[in-house]
Amino acid sequence: MTWTQYLMPLLKGAQVTVTISLASIAIGAVLAFAAGIARTSSNRFLSGIAFAYIVLFRGTPLLVQLFWFYYALPLIGISFDPVTTGIMVLSLLTGAFGAEVVRGALLSVPPSQLEAARALNFSKTYTLWHISMPQAVIEMMPAFGNLAIQNLKDTALVSLISIADLTFQAQSLRNITLDSATVYTLTLIGYFLIALCLMFAMRFIEMKLRRGPAFPRSAHS
Amino acid sequence: MNPIIRFENVTKRFGALTVLDNFNFEVQRGEKVTLIGPSGSGKSTVLRILMTLEPFQDGHLELDGTSYHEPNGRGPFKASEKHLHKIRCSVGMVFQSFNLFPHMTVLRNVVEAPVAVLKMKRDEAESRAIELLRMVGLSDKKDQFPSQLSGGQQQRVAIARALAMRPRVLLFDEPTSALDPQLVGEVLGVIRDLAHEHDLTMLLVTHEMRFAREVSDRVCFFDKGRIVEQGDPERFFSNPQQPRTREFLSSILGDQEPVRESLRCAL
Repeated sequence: MTWTQYLMPLLKGAQVTVTISLASIAIGAVLAFAAGIARTSSNRFLSGIAFAYIVLFRGTPLLVQLFWFYYALPLIGISFDPVTTGIMVLSLLTGAFGAEVVRGALLSVPPSQLEAARALNFSKTYTLWHISMPQAVIEMMPAFGNLAIQNLKDTALVSLISIADLTFQAQSLRNITLDSATVYTLTLIGYFLIALCLMFAMRFIEMKLRRGPAFPRSAHS
Repeated sequence: MNPIIRFENVTKRFGALTVLDNFNFEVQRGEKVTLIGPSGSGKSTVLRILMTLEPFQDGHLELDGTSYHEPNGRGPFKASEKHLHKIRCSVGMVFQSFNLFPHMTVLRNVVEAPVAVLKMKRDEAESRAIELLRMVGLSDKKDQFPSQLSGGQQQRVAIARALAMRPRVLLFDEPTSALDPQLVGEVLGVIRDLAHEHDLTMLLVTHEMRFAREVSDRVCFFDKGRIVEQGDPERFFSNPQQPRTREFLSSILGDQEPVRESLRCAL
């Protein structure tokens, strides 16, 4: 087997990796906003639930979370297929870290902006979505970029709940060919190329958001 | 005639610090009142309480007959958000640091609240906003962002933004303190024009003594959470009664005003 023959199975694995990563980044972003906003809410109940969620998922290892959802949860009658489990767990983890980013960025909006909004009689919800969020979202982007790449690399662990992702395919290939050097080099390059695309995508979104004279800091970034 | 603003024995504390102590103060409809005094004397707090940015602990405050506290009101404001919303409909505020929304154009800064809060139609709100921007001399800047304007221009937009909500009481919290000296005049000019509006009640916290003398119907001197002396500006500035007032005025007029005056001459 030459290295070009490794490409087909690896690409198939990469496809699964990209799918899981993109899906969990998207769902994770929604969870991050929901939990991050709930954390800044004055409603104790909402804030408490969000806090519990964030602490739980930030405070436990991803691998154990995967095993728990894949092996333990079915014991109480709830089971999902591996890919769904993988996407679910990664979304929850990314969401938990992202929630802290959202919360931090919302808190970084100057209080004077909120006072101006109050003086103009905007409702709290309106102030959140039209005054705070547009300013906060730009602050979130660099940290979100990190989280997206972290998420991609974390997907490697889903191979352990029998998902045929890039890492899983690499393991299988190596077991057949024993050609560790070539297989793992190609795998590394594969992850790196996907990460590069993610970085560019996040950077592109950030640039889009920063563009224009409203946020002149873009000139220095 | 009933006063539009009435503070009755209002006490405001920040922790152990008492900022307003059994404070009594009335403002008549259409009156232009200037609040002066050393920093920390409570004058800005009076405005912030009126704007419902700060709650107060004891006493009674009315705006046009409506009490700030509700009989069964909860929370620090002792009132529901709905009640505070109603009060804020009559009050507008211009801040020391302008506080324009950086992500909105000048026009949207002015239009946003009338559309979102007063449910005005967007094109109607826009034509009114352009009129207000023309009044403050900035209709040509409507598509720019705040960061592209000078401080004086930003403050004029902020005044237009506050006026767009048609307040009956307009509060100015040191509107020129954050400005370079050469930009103070343009903002004072706009405020001076506004002072001719008979129906608009204005409360102005400022260190511009000459301006206070020129535009206000009454000057109040604050010290340690109380009004030490107040009265007609001519009499107040030419013949202050209280030693504390004289001390303050001589420190302000003695040092700062000539400095600013010479700066203006130099420029």
